[in-house]
Amino acid sequence: MNEPIISIKNVSKRFGSSVTAVDNVTFDIKANEFFALLGPSGCGKTTLLRMIAGLETPTEGQIILDGRDMLEIPPNKRPVNMVFQSYAVFPHMSVEDNVAYGLRVTGVPSEETATRVVDALEMVKLSQLSKRMPNQLSGGQRQRVALARALVKRPKVLLLDEPLSALDAKLREAMQLELSNLQRKVGITFIIVTHDQDEALSMADRIAVMDTGHISQIATPAALYESPVSRFVADFIGKVNLLDGKITGTEGSSVVVDVAKLGRITVPYQGKASGNVAIAIRPEKVSLSPEPPGAGRISAEGKIAAWAYYGDVSHMYVDTKDGLRLSVNLQNATRQTVHGLDIGHKVWLSWAPEDVIVLAE
Amino acid sequence: MTMTAAQTTASDTARRPARRPKQEPLDYAGRLWMKALLAVTFLLLYVPIFMLVAFSFNDSKRNVVWQGFTFKYYRVAWENAGLVEAFTNSIAIAVLTTIFATVLGTMIALMLWRFRFPFKAPYEGFMALPIVIPEICMGVALLAFFARIGWPSDLIWPLNLSQITISHIAFAFPFVAVVVRSRMSGFNRELEEASKDLGATEWQTFWKVIFPFMKPGVIAGALLAFTLSLDDFVITFFTSGPDTVTFPVKVYSLVRRGVSPDINAASTVLIVITIVATVLAMRLQAPDKTEGR
Repeated sequence: MNEPIISIKNVSKRFGSSVTAVDNVTFDIKANEFFALLGPSGCGKTTLLRMIAGLETPTEGQIILDGRDMLEIPPNKRPVNMVFQSYAVFPHMSVEDNVAYGLRVTGVPSEETATRVVDALEMVKLSQLSKRMPNQLSGGQRQRVALARALVKRPKVLLLDEPLSALDAKLREAMQLELSNLQRKVGITFIIVTHDQDEALSMADRIAVMDTGHISQIATPAALYESPVSRFVADFIGKVNLLDGKITGTEGSSVVVDVAKLGRITVPYQGKASGNVAIAIRPEKVSLSPEPPGAGRISAEGKIAAWAYYGDVSHMYVDTKDGLRLSVNLQNATRQTVHGLDIGHKVWLSWAPEDVIVLAE
Repeated sequence: MTMTAAQTTASDTARRPARRPKQEPLDYAGRLWMKALLAVTFLLLYVPIFMLVAFSFNDSKRNVVWQGFTFKYYRVAWENAGLVEAFTNSIAIAVLTTIFATVLGTMIALMLWRFRFPFKAPYEGFMALPIVIPEICMGVALLAFFARIGWPSDLIWPLNLSQITISHIAFAFPFVAVVVRSRMSGFNRELEEASKDLGATEWQTFWKVIFPFMKPGVIAGALLAFTLSLDDFVITFFTSGPDTVTFPVKVYSLVRRGVSPDINAASTVLIVITIVATVLAMRLQAPDKTEGR
């Protein structure tokens, strides 16, 4: 395993006496990792990023960057660079001068600056526009300037603060792919802050989910989605059916859970939780069938209460006999998939026991 | 051919969209009362000034009847040693005032924009006081102040202008501060952070990122200070001595013996200088098209 490039140790940040933006956070980020800080607005993710950049000072704790404690080191001396949410492209400088800025102010020789600027602009495909002024660029192009300007400094870590939030949907998707490629190409650590789970899931190697100043879970995208450790994470990442239940017994490596309005189910579970729990089932793991499903699946009978058609998938909302509403994602795998399904239609819902996530309350 | 009622209505309805209202809802310029108001405003504002300028070219000792076009009185004004001296004084005071008021005002604006400190709001209010305080009060206050501390009044030129210059700086710098401050409120703080993040020191960040953004405000503030100083009468009147007459004060004393065309000529020169400076200031203060964010 790689040495961590950044160690965050017991870091807290308080504003005034009442606001705690980041609350005793500890984790490591590995070299060459694409790391995402994901959370709703106000969860402290941007504050954490700004502390790494040196734009905020931690109230408590340590940030070790590449083996050095960063506490006393001002932002202009840190081996990190940032792509700001507003891009912060200098409006009075051409694209070229923007990219060269960080090299000129630190006294890099002018020939070296020139070649590095050319390379950086090449990398973000802006070579044609090097003489343009920022107000002649589109949002996406300005973002590339901000990227080139940060990467030309060859930082150990590149910080990105909500880099795609100002772009339209198509461009955002293209940039997601491009950022991942870029990260692999330059081989430096990227830390991205985002509130958009798609962005985090599609780009990051690992994701830290933050909630009100705490880290809720750090895991790979797949682990985060398939094995969330808390109600918050399960609910925040993707769509989920969350049901209240109570563990009443164990059977080998499985537990018996009494689920409200669903009944007693037996599901595999290795955790330590007991008593009241939440159980989570992802909508796409639930299947619909006109007849009762075979044994070995957890099932319920219900009626379609509402549905939304999205082209590739349909979101169905099914009310069970016992008054439970479950959402189901149906892949429109054939052109006939949704034929005959309509509001009020009777269906059977079923899912495999191993697809049930048990969450300690 | 007779038309039925139904036909008439139908053709009326069809024609109606083609008939446009004469005016857009906010197109007041086309209305008579608006035109009249505009005319009266311009008349009151500019006819006296226009007369002053026109009669500076009048070939007559008396300023009453038009006798013919001449540049003569510009020469007469130029040869009037007292008038030229007053003009020189005014320019010297205005230049010094501009330099000091601009530096001071800019620094105050930066401090108010950049830092948090106790009593910041009251400070900001007190700083702007010279803008609202009646000039006559400030003139009397400054006169009393200089008399009380025994400021020497018999210094050599240009030090003998120090009283007036200090007074002018005192009322001009708040204008600079206000203009620069308002310019800076549109500054995106992320630009400053980006500069530091890219390795620049505070000093480099100031000169390479903050100052270029601030510059139009500074220039506009400077021109404002220049024109304010150049044509100030009230405060200057109280702080000037017999040997330190400025142009407005000199004109006042001359006019008491009747308006002669050479005063018109000199005033025209002053108007031109003021207009040029004001137009420049407005140009530079106009919201620029480059995005600051």
